[in-house]
Amino acid sequence: MNFDDTPQEAAFRAEAKSWIAANAPKALEPELKTSGFGGLYLGSVDPMQAAKAWQKKKAAAGWACLHWPKDYGGRGASPIERVIWGQEEGLYAKLSAPFTIGHGMCGPTVMAFASEDQKRERLPPLASGEEIWCQLFSEPAAGSDLAGLRTRAEKDGDDWVVNGQKIWTSGAQHSDWGLLLTRTDPSVAKHKGLTMFFLNMRSPGVEVRPIRQMNDQRTFNEVFFENVRIPDAQRLGAVGQGWQVSLTTLMNERLSIGSGMPTGFPDLFELACQLETPDGPAVDDPAVRAKLADWAVKASGLRFTAFRALSALSKGETPGPENSIGKLVAGSMMQDIAKFALDLEGHAGLLTDPDDAPALAKFQTMLLRSPATRIEGGSDEILRNIIAERVLGLPPDIRVDKDVAFNAIPTGGR
Amino acid sequence: MNFDFSDEQKQLRDSARRFLEKQSPVAVVRRVLEGDEGYDKELWKGLAEMGFTGAAIPEEFGGAGLGHLELCVIAEELGRSLAPTPFSSSIYLAAEFLMAAGSEEQKAKYLPKLASGEWIGTFAFAEGVGEVTPDRIASGASQGKLSGTKVPVPDGEIADFAVVAANTGGSGVRSVSLFLVDLSGAGVTRTPVKTIDPSRKHARIAFDGAAAEPLGAAGEGWSILTNVLDRAAVLTAFEQVGGSDRALEMARDYALERIAFGRQIGSFQAIKHILADMYVSATLARSNCYWGAYALSTGSAELPEAAATARVSATQAFQHCSTNNIQVHGGMGFTWQFDCHLYYKRSNLLALNLGSLSQWENKLIERMRAGNSAKDAA
Amino acid sequence: MNFDDTPEEAKFRAVAREWIGANAPHELDADLKRSGMGGLRLPGRDVLTESKAWQKKKADGGWAVPHWPKDYGGRGATPIERVIWQQEEGIYNQLSAPFAIGQGMCGPTVMAYADEDIKRHYLPPLASGEKVWCQLFSEPAGGSDVAALRTRAEKDGDDWIINGQKIWTSGAQFSDYGILLTRTDPNVPKHAGLTMFIVDMHAPGVEVRPIHQMSGGREFNEVFFENVRIPDSHRLGAVNDGWQVSLTTLMNERMSIGTRLNTGFPEIFEFCSRFELPDGPAIDDPAVRAKLATWAVKASGLRYTAFRAISSLSKGERPGPENSIGKLVAGVMTQDIAKFAMELEGEAGILADPDEAPAAALFQNLLVRSPGMRIAGGTDEILRNIIAERVLGLPGDIRVDKKVPFNQVPNR
Repeated sequence: MNFDDTPQEAAFRAEAKSWIAANAPKALEPELKTSGFGGLYLGSVDPMQAAKAWQKKKAAAGWACLHWPKDYGGRGASPIERVIWGQEEGLYAKLSAPFTIGHGMCGPTVMAFASEDQKRERLPPLASGEEIWCQLFSEPAAGSDLAGLRTRAEKDGDDWVVNGQKIWTSGAQHSDWGLLLTRTDPSVAKHKGLTMFFLNMRSPGVEVRPIRQMNDQRTFNEVFFENVRIPDAQRLGAVGQGWQVSLTTLMNERLSIGSGMPTGFPDLFELACQLETPDGPAVDDPAVRAKLADWAVKASGLRFTAFRALSALSKGETPGPENSIGKLVAGSMMQDIAKFALDLEGHAGLLTDPDDAPALAKFQTMLLRSPATRIEGGSDEILRNIIAERVLGLPPDIRVDKDVAFNAIPTGGR
Repeated sequence: MNFDFSDEQKQLRDSARRFLEKQSPVAVVRRVLEGDEGYDKELWKGLAEMGFTGAAIPEEFGGAGLGHLELCVIAEELGRSLAPTPFSSSIYLAAEFLMAAGSEEQKAKYLPKLASGEWIGTFAFAEGVGEVTPDRIASGASQGKLSGTKVPVPDGEIADFAVVAANTGGSGVRSVSLFLVDLSGAGVTRTPVKTIDPSRKHARIAFDGAAAEPLGAAGEGWSILTNVLDRAAVLTAFEQVGGSDRALEMARDYALERIAFGRQIGSFQAIKHILADMYVSATLARSNCYWGAYALSTGSAELPEAAATARVSATQAFQHCSTNNIQVHGGMGFTWQFDCHLYYKRSNLLALNLGSLSQWENKLIERMRAGNSAKDAA
Repeated sequence: MNFDDTPEEAKFRAVAREWIGANAPHELDADLKRSGMGGLRLPGRDVLTESKAWQKKKADGGWAVPHWPKDYGGRGATPIERVIWQQEEGIYNQLSAPFAIGQGMCGPTVMAYADEDIKRHYLPPLASGEKVWCQLFSEPAGGSDVAALRTRAEKDGDDWIINGQKIWTSGAQFSDYGILLTRTDPNVPKHAGLTMFIVDMHAPGVEVRPIHQMSGGREFNEVFFENVRIPDSHRLGAVNDGWQVSLTTLMNERMSIGTRLNTGFPEIFEFCSRFELPDGPAIDDPAVRAKLATWAVKASGLRYTAFRAISSLSKGERPGPENSIGKLVAGVMTQDIAKFAMELEGEAGILADPDEAPAAALFQNLLVRSPGMRIAGGTDEILRNIIAERVLGLPGDIRVDKKVPFNQVPNR
C-alpha cells in the first residue's frame, strides 16, 4: 500500500504539470484561491469569459475532457489519468464550473445514445467549452421523485412538441443545449412513459427565468416550454425508455470521484489557528479542538475514501459504492462548520461584507449556501435511502405509485 | 404549582399575535430586508400604541407597569413574526440598562420616550472579532468625552442614543464603565454594515470625542452589563422560541401538503423523524424559557443560571428548527420566494447578537458550578 | 408564574411529609441515595422484601397508590396530589419499582374493563404490594409492532386455552398475575383479532425464563404458555377488542409524568466537578463545559416540561403532549453521558468493578443499560413516530398489513 504513482502515471503527471505551469492563467490565482463556496467570484474579469478561455486553451492542447475519445474532443485518457489531471489542475479546475454538468452528465448521455454524426457534431464544442449544456430533469412536482415529472412531449410528424416547466436548472441562462426528460405517455406507470431528448436552448418557445435564491444569487433557473419543437432525430434512446437513459446520466454524476467535495474544514482550521481568543489562538481552546478533531477525521475520511476509489481506478477496476457518502457527509458538515466559525467570530460573525467580516466573509457565504448543498442533486434523505437500498441491500420504501398509470397518481390537487 | 403564564398574560400573547399577524406580515419583513429603511416605522408606532414597548417600564416613567412576564409573551410573538423593529435594542437593552443603573433624572428623561417609542436606544458593545472581554474594550472615555469604534451595533443607524461600554482606566472588570451618548451629537459617525439578516439593520459607530454621560457608577459597567445581558438573553430566548415554533409549523404544513412518490412526504419516516426532533428541541427550549421568565420576573438569584439555560437551549432550538425547515421544504426552501430563509437568517443572527452559543455554554457551566459551591458552603 | 403550592396542596404536602418522616425505612437512606441510575441495590438485603414492606406500610397508612379510589386500595387523591406524594416520597419511591407496571399499567386496565367483583378482589392486594403484576404484550415477532403478536387464545367451554410465547416481560419472575394480550381470531386484520385477559402467573403451563442481557442483568424474561387455562370471567373487554384495551394500558403509561426521569446529568456534573484532569477539575476544561452545557439545558428542559404538566394538573387541566419527549431525550442522553464519562476516565474507563472503576462504575453500568432504555417501552423511532403523528398530526406510514387478515400478513 502506498500513494505512489506507477511509472506511467508519474510520466503523465509530469507532462500535465509542465503544460499547466506554462499555460495556466496565473493572474487569476489569488482570486481563485479565495473563491470557493457558492460559485466562482472573480472581481477583475468576467468569470464566464475566463472559464471559456481556459477551457479553449486546454482543448487546443488536448487537455479538455481528457477521458473522452479523441474523436469527440478528448484525449482518450484512462480514468486514473483523468484523476491525476484533476489533481494537477488544482485551483484552475474551479474555472470548469460552467461545464461540469455538460461534461459530467450531458456528454456521457449523448455519447451513449446519440448517432455517430450527432456525437461528432455536438461533443467537440462541448468539450472545448464553446457550447454549454444544461440538464433539464427536475420539475416543481418532481424533485426527489424525479419520475413524477409532467412536461409533455407529443409527436407531431417528424417532430415532438414540448410543453411544460422545469426547475432548478443550473446554468440554463448560459446554455446553448439542454438534455431534456419528458413524459410521452401519461397512461402508463410513471417510470415507463418517459423519453429523453436534447434540444437547442435557443429554440422558439423556450424561456429561462432565473430563480432568486436565499443567498441572493441566481444560479438556478426555471425553464418554460411552450410548443417547443424538437426533431425526432434528437431523441436519445427509445420512446418510453427515458428513465433508463436518465439513469446513465445520473450514474455518471455519481461515478465522478469526489476528490474535491469541499467540507470547509481546511478553512475552519486556518481560522482557528489565526483567530485570537482572550486566552490565545482559538485552536488552543480544548472545546475548539474537540470540534476540530471531529471534523478533521471526517474530512480525512472522505479524502482517503476518494483515494481508495482512485486506487481501484489505477488498477482498472470500478470503484466501490463508498463514494456515495461524500455529499451526505460534506453537506451538513459544511453547514455546521459555518455556524461554528461564526460562533468563534462572535458579534463580528454576523457581518457579511468581505471588508468587515473575518476571513473575507467566507463562512457567512458558506452558511447561506450550505442549505442548498444538502438538497441539490439528491437530498440528504434521498442519499441515505440510496446507501441503505443500493449499498446495504435494504428493501425500498413501500411505493403506492409504482404500478399505477401516471395520470391516476394522487397529486394533492396540483 | 403554577409554572405557567396567567390567563391575562395569555390573552396579551393572543392580542400581540393578532396585532403582528396584521401589522407585521411577511411582506413587511421583506420590505425592510430588501430596502434601506432601518425598520418599519408604522409597525414600530403600532407596537408603542399597543403598549408593548412600555409593558415592563413602570407607570411613573410612562410605561404600562405590567412586568417582565408580559414582556416575555410579547417577545415570543415578535420572534414568531420576525417583526423588523428596534424592539430588542430599545427595550430589552436600552430600557433595561436605564432601569438597572439609571439615576432618577436619567430614568425620567429616557424611559418615557422609550416607552412611547419616540426615542430608540441601543447598546454599543462589540468592537472586534471573538468574545468581548473587559480588556478587549478599547473605546475609552474620560472627562465626558468618548472615543472608539463599535461594530456591529444593532439599529445603530436609527437609534437616538446608545448605552456605550468604554474603558475608564486600568484593566479587568473594574476598567469598564457605561455611558449614555446622543448619537445625533458631534463626534459620532455612523455607517451601515451588511449582516446575515438584512431584516435587522446594524451599523458601525465611530466615536471621536463624543459627549458621554456616565450611566451607573464608574467601574461598575461590566457588572451592570452582565446583568442586563442576562435579562436580554431571556427575552431574546422567547423570540427564538417563537421563531422555532413557527419554523416547525411551516415544515409540518409543507410535509402535509407536498406530494412525492404518490404520498404526502410527511408520511415518510425520514421526514417525520426530522419533525419530531424539531418538536423536541422546541419543547425543551420553551420549558427552559419559562424558567428564565420566572427568574427574570421575580428577581430570583437563579437568574444568571436560568438566563444562560434559556439562551443556550433556545439558540440551539431555533437554529435546529430553521435549518430543518429548509431541509423539509427541499429546493423551494432555498428560494428567496419562500419564507424559510427569513427564519434561517434570523436564527443565525440571534445566535450571535448577545454573544455566541459557546460563550453562553461556558457561562452556564461556570454559573452552575458557582451555584453548587454556594449550596455546599451553605 | 411560580413554583408554589396552593394552600390545599401545601396542606397535603405537609401531611405526606410528616407521615413519611415518621414511617419511612430510614435505615435504607444511604443505599437508596447511592442507587438511582444503575438500578436498585441494597447490599445485604433482599430488594423485593424491602419493597413489599414499604408498600404494605404505605397501604396501611392509606398512601399506597394515592390516586386510586379508596375501594380499590387507594385514597382518592387528585392528580396533583399524586405528584406531590411522589415528590415527597423521594428516594423511597425507588422501592416502588417492582410495582410500577402493575400499578401504572395493569391496575388502570383492570379498573377500566373488569367486573366490580374482580376489581375488588384483585386491586387492593396490587395496591398494597402483596401481589405483583406484569404486562405480557411483546413477542419475538411483535415488538414495536405489538399488534403482530401470535400467542393464541382459543375458547373451550367457559375457559380459554392459551398457547404461545411472550418476551421482554419485566418482573415476570416474581409476578403473581399478568395482563395478557392474545390473538383470538387470525382470520381478520391484525388489530381486529386480539383479546385481553388477566392471567395467573402460577397457573399450570406458565413458564418464565429470564433473559441474560448485555448489561449482565436479568430483569427481562421470556414467558411460555402451554395449554394455560383462563376463565372467561378474567377477560378484559370484549372478545377481539384487545387492541383498544391495550391502548388504555399504554396511554396510562404515557400519561404518567416523568418528574424524575433519569438522564445521568446530575451524575456527570458531579463527576466532572470532582474528577481531576492534568490541569485541574474536568469542569474547568472548555471542551467538558461545552458538553455539559448541552446536557444541562436538556435536563433542565425536561424538568421544567414536567413542571408545566404539573401546573396543568394543579389547575385541573389535562397536561399537553409535551411529556411525550421525555424518554426520547433521556435515553440517548444517558448513553452519550456514559460514553463521555468513560472517555474522561481514560484507560480506567474500561474497568467495570465498582471497587476499581471511578464513581463506583456508575457510568460503565449506564453504558450497558442505556441501549435497553432506548428500546424498552417504545423505541426512539416509535416515539418519534408518535410525536409526529399524534402531536404534529402527520399521516401514518403506508401500512401493507392493515386490512389484510392476520394469517395472510407476510412473516418470517
